Amino acid sequence: MLDLRGHRAYADRAFRWTAAGAAAMVLLILGLIAATITHRSVPVFRQMGSGFFTTTRWSPADALFGALPFIWGTAFTAVIALALAVPISLGMALFMTQVAPPWVRKPMVYLMDLLAGVPSVVFGLWGVLVLSEHFGLGRSFLTAGIILAIMIIPIITSLSREVIETTPPGDKEGALALGATRWEMIGAAVIPHSAGGLVGAVMLGLGRAMGETIAAALVIGSALGQITLHPFAAGNSMPAVIANEWGEADDLHKSALIALAVTLFVITILVNLAATGIVQRSMKRGQGS
Amino acid sequence: MTELVEVALAAPPDLSAKRSWRSVKNGLMTTLMVSSAVVVALPLVAVVWAVLVRGLKVSVENFPAFFVEEIPAIARRAGPGMGPAILGTLLVTGAATCIAVPLGVMGAVYLHEYGRNNRFSRLVRFMATVMTGVPSIVMGLFIYLMWTMRFGYSAFGGALALACLMLPVVIGATEQMLKLVPSHLREASYALGISKSRTIVHVVLPAALPGIVSGSLLAVARAAGETAPLLFAVGAANEYNPHLFEEANTALSVQIFGNATSAFVAAQDRAWGAALTLVFLTFLVTFVARAFTARVARRR
Repeated sequence: MLDLRGHRAYADRAFRWTAAGAAAMVLLILGLIAATITHRSVPVFRQMGSGFFTTTRWSPADALFGALPFIWGTAFTAVIALALAVPISLGMALFMTQVAPPWVRKPMVYLMDLLAGVPSVVFGLWGVLVLSEHFGLGRSFLTAGIILAIMIIPIITSLSREVIETTPPGDKEGALALGATRWEMIGAAVIPHSAGGLVGAVMLGLGRAMGETIAAALVIGSALGQITLHPFAAGNSMPAVIANEWGEADDLHKSALIALAVTLFVITILVNLAATGIVQRSMKRGQGS
Repeated sequence: MTELVEVALAAPPDLSAKRSWRSVKNGLMTTLMVSSAVVVALPLVAVVWAVLVRGLKVSVENFPAFFVEEIPAIARRAGPGMGPAILGTLLVTGAATCIAVPLGVMGAVYLHEYGRNNRFSRLVRFMATVMTGVPSIVMGLFIYLMWTMRFGYSAFGGALALACLMLPVVIGATEQMLKLVPSHLREASYALGISKSRTIVHVVLPAALPGIVSGSLLAVARAAGETAPLLFAVGAANEYNPHLFEEANTALSVQIFGNATSAFVAAQDRAWGAALTLVFLTFLVTFVARAFTARVARRR
């Protein structure tokens, strides 16, 4: 066969390999992240063993590193954030898709985008200088939970909105034709159809809430060793400890902070993977029906 | 549909009553949905109000000086100065964009134009999803261990960290846009005897350009507000540092974080001014991105 491409075939192949190389960067970076931080966390695991996850005392001066209070703090603030954000986000998503006329919906989409675009450190600043001082909340689990809730509401709302919009209009109209009120229609057609996707949206919000560093570091109070259900207590979370203590840490202490990062990395990735899996499966089902 | 039938059979609606509990419940739930919209608006209005009022106060009182002068080395001293932080933010974010956007666009070109659904591109796509979930502080630590420990603090270290955060976002957005380019454009180009790489560079990418620009700008807006990775890689400085690779630098987000917990009102004021500047910059980038999205929408 006559090769009409001639010498340009080389350029073509070079372009292809450049593109493949760029795609491979993702694998390279992720592999390097996992390898570097795991490697650097070895000293503290050699010192503490699995006690790193179960010890409740964190005392760098005594070379004692128990991460349990921070794991608790991360989980507790994330739960508070979800408890506040989920009902509001779902109500908002339902309002935008089922209730609001188009002239209301458009500015609301815009509002959500703006809320999502405000940098987290600005929310942190507002949290520390306005919310905790003027509203008497102090720096506590609850304040951190509220700030995190404000930050994840746009994420959960926009994802839920996308999932809900895949509800086949036939289902909705069928319910209305049978005499259902709007709320009954939502319960009978919209929710069963989008339940999986909504769970996924909430979990993506959870992943974001757990990984958020700066806002939490500013408002959570940086208290050591608090494992309590009291929402007004000051506490600490994994990313906040890393940000606050890194500056004055010696080698073993740094290794302990990196071990926290490893823990956070593993947890957030598991949550995110589960969430994207659920969202994608329910999106596919939505297109199929 | 089966659920519908079940619901309909289980509870035959009583249509006779004028104002049944059903319609009351419906009204109640609608009210709840509307009120959740109001509840969402409250914190946004409160944050924007606080940033506007307190930020404007400090930046208008010292009008050009606030955006130009250097940051006072003594925190309790009142007065202007966020110039170095503005330059730092522009420098770090700009360098990160120059790294992440070409890489991300090329990566997406591979995924959509070459790899399609082979095993390698499925793996890359999956790992890009994983990468979007990596907390920014972990990315900061990674860059600290890989770069800063060897070469010291610099704006470039921060740019590397931000580029890592932006890369999967740019890849995802670009691939979505490449999917929208109609395949008959590619086929027309091949029919003219044009090679695949030239087709991509001269036909496919220009067709997808507004969407790629918009997606990249949204990634830039997100990255400009990041704080945690910069704390590790950029260090701290109060003076102008226009060098990308040398010496510690600073950024608006880092200044907000540092001054927010200060006991001095002067430092808090500077934090509000920096917040106003940062929010203005990110909103500006978002608006430009929206304009490009609108252009994409109008073309279709």
